[in-house]
Amino acid sequence: MAEHEITPSQTVGPFFAYALTPTAYDFAALVSNNLLTDDAVGQAIRVEGTIYDGQGLPVPDAMVEIWQADGQGRFAGNDTAPLPNGAFKGFGRSECDKLGQYGFATVKPGPVPGPDGRQQAPHINVGIFARGIVRRLFTRIYFEDEAANGSDPILSLVPEELRPTLIARRTGDRDGAPIYAFDIYLQGELETVFFEA
Amino acid sequence: MALIYPQESLKAHPSYLSPDYVGTRIRSPKRPLVIIPHTLSELTGPVYGHESVAETDADLTIQHEGEPLGERIIVHGHVMDEDGRPLPNTLIEIWQCNSAGRYIHVVDQHPAPLDPNFSGAGRCVTNGDGYYKFITVKPGPYPWRNHPNAWRPAHIHLSLFGPSFLSRLVTQMYFPGDPLFPFDPIFNSVTDERARERMISTFDLEATQPEWALAFRFNIVLRGREQTFFEDPHHG
Repeated sequence: MAEHEITPSQTVGPFFAYALTPTAYDFAALVSNNLLTDDAVGQAIRVEGTIYDGQGLPVPDAMVEIWQADGQGRFAGNDTAPLPNGAFKGFGRSECDKLGQYGFATVKPGPVPGPDGRQQAPHINVGIFARGIVRRLFTRIYFEDEAANGSDPILSLVPEELRPTLIARRTGDRDGAPIYAFDIYLQGELETVFFEA
Repeated sequence: MALIYPQESLKAHPSYLSPDYVGTRIRSPKRPLVIIPHTLSELTGPVYGHESVAETDADLTIQHEGEPLGERIIVHGHVMDEDGRPLPNTLIEIWQCNSAGRYIHVVDQHPAPLDPNFSGAGRCVTNGDGYYKFITVKPGPYPWRNHPNAWRPAHIHLSLFGPSFLSRLVTQMYFPGDPLFPFDPIFNSVTDERARERMISTFDLEATQPEWALAFRFNIVLRGREQTFFEDPHHG
């Protein structure tokens, strides 16, 4: 079949909210920052943080998307047979507020299969979009209380001294759910590790 | 369908640091990206089917009491992978300014009028042939503060999911012959001329509806191509 070349990426720009995260607009959101469903399998958690730019200032106009497995390491839509927790999609979107803060209510993902039959530690794939970001930035959130981080095949590709930028810290509880804090630094000394895949 | 995602294709995208687009200077990572293999987490992706999207979401001219001002247009095309295979059931979300160049977003301060009959947000899901169709009005160009006398060429923003986390794309569709192309650092953040051309829709006389609306065709190619299984050389 003839080859077709991909359509290039462009920035999401500053004015996407009324279409993609329309919480303040009269347009029904398809996706929200609350991934919890009645049937969601796994421990309810909060994941939240602040996005900072290269000058150390919060980014108030970004959108964060997450994609993750359920508590048993299963991805929605991946199996031919429907999952018992069919309402749980594992996908969420959060806009940043004026202070650059995003947040999700979700479940802690289980370990998922990795390359060469190795298990991956529980993690959440993250996409970041904003004005000044010409193409989605891709990173991952790992959890500080997971022993499996030590043998994770993806973390092991990251220089050791930079791995802490990918690990969410357990900071407290809200409504009975543990909070995992994950700040994202787009640039600079504390710069988060971003992936190419 | 098992897809592989060639790295080669990524060269079409802009560099995170595209200095003429000033916003990238403090929002682009400076460390090299860490290249990782494609695991299940990257090869799966969210599914939003026809049940999530209202039929009327694809017509941006019927979301209010009256019709929006401006040039009514049809924007349509096919979404496909790098083999040209259609991608059915793919969510497309769009947003744009009105015909005067103003977004309804609360932060947009451009002194052009808002249109009470136009919000500028729409979405649809591709059909079995990967085909989509929106009805809207042609967005206007508008000024921004990137550099003195900076104006964005008219464009529609698009967000697509495709079959996996890796096929996710956010882009902008432009209109043919726009005189602002040479001066726009966002359009030109894509440095390859042929790649830039793939962001420009084509005028589609055939799809134009006489006495009603002009049509523009915009085909979208997402990452991914069908896996080729090589035969065992010893038994080939």
